[in-house]
Order: sequence, then C-alpha cells, then structure tokens
Amino acid sequence: MKLVLLWTDMLVWGLVIVLLTWSWVIFRSPQVKKTWHNIFKSSIAMASAVVLLFYLLFTLLDSIHLRLALPVQSQKSDVTAYEVEMVSLLDLIFSHNIENTERTYSAPFATTEYTSSIVVDEEGITKQVYLPLQHVSTEDDFIAQSLLALALGFVLSLALVFLHIYWREKSRFVSACKEILQGKSTLSWRTAYGTFILLVLAFTWAYMLSYSYHVLGTDKVGGDVLYQSFKSIRTGVLIGILTTVIMLPVAVILGVSAGLFGGWVDDVIQYLYTTLSSIPGVLLIAAGVLSMQVMMDNNPTWFETTIERSDLRLLFLILILGITSWTGLCRVLRAETLKISQMEFVTAAKAFGVSKLSIIRRHIVPNLMHIILISVVLDFSGLVLAEAVLSYVGVGVDPTMHSWGNMINQARLEMAREPMVWWSLFSAFVFMFILVLAANLFSDRIQRVLDPRNKV
Amino acid sequence: MLAYIMRRVLYAIPILIGVNFITFMLFFMVNSPDDMARAQLGAKQVTPELIASWKEERGYDKPLFINSKAEGLAKLSDTLFVQESLKLFTFDFGFSDANRDIASDIKERMIPSFSIALPTFIIALITNISLALLLVLFRGSMLDTSMMIVAVMIMSVSGLFYIIAGQVLFSKMWHWVPISGYESGWDGVKFLFLPVLIGVFSGIGSGVRWYRSIFLEEINQDYVRTARAKGLSELKVLFGHVLRNGMLPILTGVVVIIPSLFMGSLIMESFFGIPGLGSYTIDAINAQDFAIVKAMVFLGSVLYIIGLILTDISYTLFDPRVKLS
Repeated sequence: MKLVLLWTDMLVWGLVIVLLTWSWVIFRSPQVKKTWHNIFKSSIAMASAVVLLFYLLFTLLDSIHLRLALPVQSQKSDVTAYEVEMVSLLDLIFSHNIENTERTYSAPFATTEYTSSIVVDEEGITKQVYLPLQHVSTEDDFIAQSLLALALGFVLSLALVFLHIYWREKSRFVSACKEILQGKSTLSWRTAYGTFILLVLAFTWAYMLSYSYHVLGTDKVGGDVLYQSFKSIRTGVLIGILTTVIMLPVAVILGVSAGLFGGWVDDVIQYLYTTLSSIPGVLLIAAGVLSMQVMMDNNPTWFETTIERSDLRLLFLILILGITSWTGLCRVLRAETLKISQMEFVTAAKAFGVSKLSIIRRHIVPNLMHIILISVVLDFSGLVLAEAVLSYVGVGVDPTMHSWGNMINQARLEMAREPMVWWSLFSAFVFMFILVLAANLFSDRIQRVLDPRNKV
Repeated sequence: MLAYIMRRVLYAIPILIGVNFITFMLFFMVNSPDDMARAQLGAKQVTPELIASWKEERGYDKPLFINSKAEGLAKLSDTLFVQESLKLFTFDFGFSDANRDIASDIKERMIPSFSIALPTFIIALITNISLALLLVLFRGSMLDTSMMIVAVMIMSVSGLFYIIAGQVLFSKMWHWVPISGYESGWDGVKFLFLPVLIGVFSGIGSGVRWYRSIFLEEINQDYVRTARAKGLSELKVLFGHVLRNGMLPILTGVVVIIPSLFMGSLIMESFFGIPGLGSYTIDAINAQDFAIVKAMVFLGSVLYIIGLILTDISYTLFDPRVKLS
C-alpha cells in the first residue's frame, strides 16, 4: 500500500491540523471556554454537533487515498507495483458494494430487477420476466439479520459512550452516568449520546444489510446507491467548509484594512467588492467553471487519473465559489471595523503609541471573531445546497465524481418512468437534508450565543 | 435629487468596466481567440489562414489590451478589450454561436421570465411578511416556537426537492396543472401556477425568519413601549408602528432584487420549460456559448446596479430623515 495525497486531501488535513492547533490555543482562555460551554448547553446544539462530526468522520475517511499493491504473482521484479487507480478508506469499507454492481435499476431491498427483460427459456418460449439480482442473497432471514445488526450496533455504541464517560470522569464514573441519564449534567450529554447511538444503529443496520441487499437500491448502471450517498458526503462537506476557509483570509485582510486605513485603500477595496458582487453569482460561477474546463482541456498533463482530474476540478470549483462569496463577509467586516476603530479602547491604544499591526491583532480581530464564525457556519449549509443546483446547471463537480447533485441530476431524467425511480433522489435529498438541518440548527445556536445584539 | 442620481449613474460606469474586465479575462485570457476559432471551425482541416479570416470577421484579430502598432490614444482604444466593452455598453451583444441576434433574443425572453418572477416575488413578500407579523404577535408561544422549527426545516431542504416533489404531486399524480410549458396571455396562467407556488414555498423558511428578526428588533424599541402606554391595541402597534418602521430594513433587501427579476430563475425555468432568460442562460452554459453568457453577465450587473440606485431613492421616500446628497 502506498499513501497518495490529492490536492483536496492536503487541504482537508491541513485544515484539521490548523483547527486543532487553533482550538488548543484559544481554549486556554477561560472566556472562550465559557462561550463554547454556553453554546453546548442547548441540547439541539449538542445533537447537531454530533451529526456534523459524524459527517466529518466520513469526509476524513474518504480523504485518505491509497494505492493498493498489485498481487505478487503479476510482478516481475522485486519492486512492488501499485495499481493506477487509488481507493480511499471509505472505498475499502464499502468494497463489497463497489464490486456487487447489478445490471440496471433495482428498488431498495428488491430481489429482482426493476425493469423486466425478455428471456428465452429452455423450451424456446420468449417470456418477459423480472430477472433476479445477482448480488442479493435471499436465503438470509431479513428480520434476524436486522436484529443482529441492531444489537451489534447498540453494544458497540454503548461501549463507546461508556468509554467516553470514563475518559471524562474517571473518579466519579457511576454518579456521572446517573447524572447524564437523568439529564442533570451541565451540558446535555444525554442528547448527544442518544444521537450518537441512533446514528451508529442506523449505520450498522444499513452496513450489515448491505452485504446481502442493496439497501437503497441501485442506479441506472447498477451501482449501489448507499455507497454513492456515503461517497457524496466528502464532496458536500468539502465544498461547504473549504470554500469559506479559502476565502476567509481575503475577506478578513481586505475588510479590516478597508475599515481601518480608509482613504484610497477603502475606495479600492469597496470598488473591488461592489464590482464582484454586482455580477449575478451563478453566472460568475458558470463563466469561471466554463473557462476552467477549457483550461483543463488544454492542459491534460496536470492530472493522470480520472480521480485526479475530478479532484482538480473540485479544487477549482471551490476556488471559484470562494472568489464569488467573500464579498458579503468583507462588507460586514469593513463596517464592523469602522465601528470598532472609533471606540475608546482603540483610541486609547493609538494614544499609547501601539502599532497598527498590534491594534489589529489585539483589538480588532478578536472583536470580529464572532462575525467570522457566524458567517462560516451560515455559509456552510448554503454551499452544500448550492452544490446540488450547480451540478444540475452543469457547472458543478465533475460528472464522474460522487455528489448529491450528480445523483439528483441523473435520477431526474427517470422521473417520467411509471412507477417512479425514486430511491436515488430520496437518498440524496435525505443525506443532504440531515447535514444541512444540523448545520442550520448549529449556526442558529452559535448566532444566538455569540451575536451581541441578542444579549438584551 | 437629480444630481445625486446622475452621480450614482456615473459611479456605475467604472463598476461596469470592472465587470467587463472580469468577464473579458475569464473568456479571452483562458480561451484565446485562436482556440475559439479552432473550436468553432471544427478540429479538422483548420489552416492558419482560415483562423485568421475567422478572427478578422469578428474583430478578434486585435491585441488584447495594448496595441503597440497604433499611435497615441489608439494604442489603448484599438484593442479587443475596448472594442468588446464599447459594444456591450451600447447593448450590442453580437451574435450567438447559432448565429442569432442575442439582443433581440433577450428582449423576447424577458417577458416570460418576468411573468414568473414578478408574481413569485409579490406573493412571497406578502406571505412572508404576514406570517412573520403573525409569529411576532404570538411571540414566545408554542405557535412561534414550532413554526420556527418548521421554518428551519423548510430552509434545509434542497430547492430541487420542492420542484421535483411539486411536479410529481400536482402534475403526475393529481393532474391539476400541466407538468411544464408556457403560453403567453391568460391561457398561460395554468403553466405559471406550479412554478410560482414552489418559488413562494421554498423561500418561506428563510423569508419568515428574516422578517421576524427585523420586527422583533423593532418591537423592543422605546416608541413601541410608548405606543402601548398610550393604550393602543397590540394589533395597532404591530401594523401602525412596527410594520412601518420595519419597512426600512426590508427595503434594503427587497428593492435591490426588483430589476433582477427580469433575469429569471435558472432552475425554475429549465425545469418547467419556460422560454425565459433563465433557461436561455442554462442552455448557453450547456452549449458553452460564451457570447450569450457574457451578455447575460453584463445585463445582470446593469440590473443589479439599477437596483442599488432604486434602493437609495426608495429610502428618501420612506424615511424623511434620509436626505440624499
């Protein structure tokens, strides 16, 4: 096995490292700790945070790409050869689903194909029959299997929960468990653990049954929809997080300098964002993506495999989305900086001869933190939804890449069928809905706690 | 007032030049006239002469930004960038790849777009504001809390879902309205019903939340307390005072959209087969017709800037404290 890093993988893991160090640094301040404590006092915030972490886990699993070694007998020399196409850890978890493709559509838990085929039997009579699916085992008892999976999931999640409680409260483990069960703990751990157990139960159930059924059916070429839905998580989350993170430095630097320095700097920056924001967003993205396509077609040497190609396209899409979306935050930050820079503590700092850079670092940026954080979480859900729309318009991620937008786009063409092929649409919408709902609820909570206007 | 508007219009010119510059960069730097010629003429049998004549025909044979051969001011003006921008400023959008006049296409397609976007806009505005007022009236009650949860859920569903679900329910299962299509005049109402309904519904979540927060901010003001102290009923306070004062922040968000209604909605129009500007754009994107996309970008920016100017003017109408200078 050989580890491969795609461009977006690097960004993801870089972001994880930055976030961990940043939280380590700021969590030493008791004030920040108290704010976050405040945020998590709400049970909705706890539940949605667990859901978001769950999605993040799959993103990270899908961001470790490997090249498997080829079997030994096919090698001529001592040097280990590797396969050309790379797989992620998530692909390895779902490897049975990748191999078990059917011929065409099949409904969730179906044992036969969705469309009938014309077959000539031994006696030479042509018949129209629904062919059985190739990779569905009908011998296993559905209920017994489900119960086994649920039991396994329950034991597993409960063990993890107890481990976590023990890790937090070693000395008073039993009383801590009691408190959580009665809902008396300061943070609503009961909801968090409840959500966690539910998610693990749902996952183990779907995963165990995916060995003998297509839990969410198959698509037009027989690909497993469950696997596609999980693969799409990475695309959605990446677009949601990386876009805002990439544009953040630009928005903060330009917004703060426009507000603080004024004069021609302010004029230039205002001109820049007014111009950019006056172009309709979708059109600017479409124009950007079209140009990028031409550019990539002219430079085929930039990528070797289809995965690298779609990864590069995802990266460009994220950059383009970032370019179009920093203007709103920049405008707000400029206004806020203008307000802060006229406050007494900044005037005092100026009078003491503190340098401009230190004023920015010590007085302005900390007071902008809540706006930045709110905008990151607010933008996240909008971007996840935007991905689906952009893929529909034809300027989204690469058509070969798994994404909810592509799933919807492909399934949409089959709407006219009777009865409808609903499972691809359904799965994509449900996976998207859970993520966006969790993000929206979480951002509501953050806004309520952090926004000073809400403190009446 | 007139002087102010004039100044704003003049201020719009550098912005539009900037917009042109961005689109120009996107289309010509990445996709050079040579590439365009090759793509248009087909990959086979392209001779350098053919490319040159194709470029000359369209005026693409000039240098991009600086013409070193020309003299004086023509060094800057006799370039592709200036020529292309000037054409756009006179609303001469040129011809599409299918050799149709883009400007007349746009004129023709504006009406269908507007006939969907305007009813959606007005009905959404009225519904959202009345629902928000209702929630503010019952603020803190079970109704308020549960409606807010419903609003978050409506917001969290992809807009594509509403369209697909609407088409399946209303057209496929119940056969109330045709699934897609368009007709001008009153016969076309049956085609507009579903897109307008879906457009209103999908925006209800975020809309109601936004208006509610505006009204809630107003309701804590001193003048509201005074109004209550005078003995006004809660309804009179809401409609007579809170709504009127809330108009100002509402105007900021709403007036700027109005001119852009002409642009239509990409998704709605292509799902419902409406021959408006939205589906025009989407077809252009899919066919990679750069000329149309460029024209639409320019048109969209112009309409947005008109919206900004209208916002400022509407302020003076609604708020006597604001004076334009």
